[in-house]
Amino acid sequence: MSALLEARGLVQEYRTAKPLFGKAGSVRAVDGIDLAVREGEVLGIVGESGSGKSTLGRMLLGLEAPHSGEVRYRGQPMPKPHGEAWRHLRAEMQLIFQDPLAALDRRMTVARQIAEPLEIHRLGRGSELTERVAALMSRVGLRPDQADHYPHELSGGQRQRVVIARALATGPRLLVCDEPVSALDVSIQAQVVNLLRDLQERERLTMVFISHDLKVVRNICDRVAVMYLGRVVEEASSDVIFSDPRHPYTQALVSSIPRAGQGLEGRIILSGEPPNPAERPPGCAFHPRCPAAIAECRATQPELLAHDGRRAACLRLDRSRQSAAA
Amino acid sequence: MTAGARPACGSTVPGNLLLPEVHMLRFILAKLSRAALTILLVMTFAFVVLRLSGDPAQILLGPDAPQDAVEAFRARWGLDDPIWQQYLAYLKQILSFDFGVSMRDQSPAIDLVLERLPATLALTVPALMLKLAIGIPAGVYAALHRQSVADRGVIMLSIFGFTIPSFVLGLVLVLIFAVKLDWLPSGGQASWRHAILPIATMSIGGIGILARFSRSAMIEVLGQPYIRTAMAKGLPWRDVVWRHALPNAAVPIVTLIGFMVGALIAGAVVVESIFSWPGIGRLIVVSVANRDLAVVQCLLLVIAASMVVANLLVDFAYGLLDPRLRAKSPAH
Amino acid sequence: MATATILPAPRLMTRIRLKAPILVILSVIWIIGMVLTAIFADLLRPYDITRMDLVARLAPMGTPGHWLGTDELGRDVLSRLLQSIRVSLVIAFGATILSALFGTTLGFLAAQFRGWVEHLVMTLADFQAALPFMIMSLAVLAFFGSSMILLVCLMGFYGWERYARIARGLAIAASAQGYAAAVVQLGATPRHVYIRHILPNVASTLIVSMTLTFPEVILMESGLSFLGLGVQPPQTSLGNMVGFGREYLTRAPWIMLAPSLVIVLTTLSISLLGDWLRDRLDPTIR
Repeated sequence: MSALLEARGLVQEYRTAKPLFGKAGSVRAVDGIDLAVREGEVLGIVGESGSGKSTLGRMLLGLEAPHSGEVRYRGQPMPKPHGEAWRHLRAEMQLIFQDPLAALDRRMTVARQIAEPLEIHRLGRGSELTERVAALMSRVGLRPDQADHYPHELSGGQRQRVVIARALATGPRLLVCDEPVSALDVSIQAQVVNLLRDLQERERLTMVFISHDLKVVRNICDRVAVMYLGRVVEEASSDVIFSDPRHPYTQALVSSIPRAGQGLEGRIILSGEPPNPAERPPGCAFHPRCPAAIAECRATQPELLAHDGRRAACLRLDRSRQSAAA
Repeated sequence: MTAGARPACGSTVPGNLLLPEVHMLRFILAKLSRAALTILLVMTFAFVVLRLSGDPAQILLGPDAPQDAVEAFRARWGLDDPIWQQYLAYLKQILSFDFGVSMRDQSPAIDLVLERLPATLALTVPALMLKLAIGIPAGVYAALHRQSVADRGVIMLSIFGFTIPSFVLGLVLVLIFAVKLDWLPSGGQASWRHAILPIATMSIGGIGILARFSRSAMIEVLGQPYIRTAMAKGLPWRDVVWRHALPNAAVPIVTLIGFMVGALIAGAVVVESIFSWPGIGRLIVVSVANRDLAVVQCLLLVIAASMVVANLLVDFAYGLLDPRLRAKSPAH
Repeated sequence: MATATILPAPRLMTRIRLKAPILVILSVIWIIGMVLTAIFADLLRPYDITRMDLVARLAPMGTPGHWLGTDELGRDVLSRLLQSIRVSLVIAFGATILSALFGTTLGFLAAQFRGWVEHLVMTLADFQAALPFMIMSLAVLAFFGSSMILLVCLMGFYGWERYARIARGLAIAASAQGYAAAVVQLGATPRHVYIRHILPNVASTLIVSMTLTFPEVILMESGLSFLGLGVQPPQTSLGNMVGFGREYLTRAPWIMLAPSLVIVLTTLSISLLGDWLRDRLDPTIR
């Protein structure tokens, strides 16, 4: 039951350009996150754009060094990005990208690109390589005759399969998927998500699945963490989150999932603007849009505390828990 | 771009804080510092080359110089000091126009150069005028009458212009006009007629290049959406060309002119040698052949400085022409 | 089945083979002719280049045994011409390769490290572009003399700034595109990324640029040799021959005309080819 991946107090800041008068400001994309992912588990990270989920994903893989906090993989601190130790570690953890066409080189055949990580990490040569590539391709559902095709000759779904095959080439234990199906047609999304789920089950992969699309997340994730403006606002197992969300934001998100047979009643529509990390509201970051906000929400930032089978960061929940305990 | 617009992310100053005059000032300052940097680089280049090729005192004074003159020179140039001090002393010498003396007659190198300069100007200035006066209109005309005989003619001529090296062209012209037809003299500077062939040699290549470039600049401008808009407004073609197309095409053409000045000087080197024209081009060839290094150094720096100045003028002209530069805020 | 290493190339070639205009075909033929001459100069030339036939000095073109005539020392113009083609082409070729290597490397360094490295490289590039190459070469030749090696190295600086700008621009665009980041993420060293991914993507533009710069190098070297400051005797180059032929312009113009014609036709052919390549390769690839 040990955690394969652990993150503690992760903070990521970006500096904004320096104005003529005054000092350069900074924007907090990720504002203090603790996470642990167990081996073989699929953790979903959900949030709107601006919530910092992609940044978090990159920090978890060590692609960016956090401003403060640390990430530990198998108990060891994550090496500095682009260093030699970091490069060797890539064989164990990989990223699946949002836009497969951008992630592939237009001028190389698909087979060569799938073979590339094997070449980089010196895991085989010649015919051995070709066999492994063929095996990977069949594992992700690509036809052998597609090996000599170029990325722009394949469909979006097939390209994403290539990216997945390439990511799996070195036999990683951890996969971070950053919106892997958002760029695909809806009909293809289901296929790719099913593929990912099958792969995960068969090989006991550990996955962090980042998405804004709850339907997809529900399909594949064991646990879900909901992010808003750089902080986790609720975290629980997938069943609990979708059946009984407690944080107002999660409730709004979950209510937006269309259910067959149900009309539009019961949907919570959030007011206000989507979150902008450069203009963080004081206190609880969600309070301007929260239907259940109280005066205190503007003043104090809630902590992520355990409530009833989950962790949630909401002052009202804290209050009700305290009054229940009393 | 209104004065009150919010700058895009990454800008440093809100657009409404700076006036157009300040933009222009920043532009001028930027170009001036760029020019100063280039001149500094050239001087550094000369310094390095000088040091690498041996003892500067011996080199610049020549092998026949008396020993005490060499000693005095070493003292004046501080050649026994640490290298960075030498560098600074060198800069000071150059900036006070002390380039050493010519090996041939011990006269100051700078005097020799200045003496020959007018002769070169007598060739290069008319050549530049010719290039501009013929090249640009030819190119523009060709662009306005695509696929016509004139257009094809201009293209042919321009290819001819940049594939035939000036020395071949010069010799061929001499062969035809001086030798076979005996219309024009083949060398020397005795009369205005002597200048015809050299100027012709220098301008023909440039006319070709400028014509071609003007043609493509004009074609590109004519393909822009705002030209179609102007025509759709019912503006007569003549006005479209003169008020919209030409001013916009002028911008890249002016930039090219900056490069042409450099090419002119290089062209002068070859042309003056062919026609025995006593200008700085000929001087540099002779000095290089004789390894009269003080003169070479002087010429290098003088030519570089004039190129930088010419480019600076072109940059300023460019800034005046392009209204985007004048009204723009730093946040582009 | 070997992993495909040449796969993009065949597609390139099929695109090129379609519809080349007659002028371009003629250019290619001339260029191939020149290259073959350069390679087989020793076998082709009837005489040694320094062999003097004092009886037949300044023989005109068409003289039996000396098809292009002889010069003032009785040396066979045709033989000297063939040798000159070799020398000039070798110098221009070597210089172009050096310049492309140097420029591309600097361009990649600028793109990779950004910051002051980029600033320095770009300033040097501007500097190089701003000053006439001939003047700088003359200065260097004055100080260091005219050996062949120095000449090739000097010519190797011609035009590097063009390759640097192209390489830097395309490398930055490549990293913005994402596949470079993806390969880094796979665990590749920067060297691997540049050589296996960015360079092939940059190659076609670079090759076009090299083709367009090559004739300029020939012209520059010929100019310097014409002035007597480039290739030195007993070696002979095209510019060299024109320079020597100048003295005998009135009596024996063929000495100067033969190499001149070769220079013009060669630079013309390569320019036409380069222009056509640029039109074909760049828009269709990107």
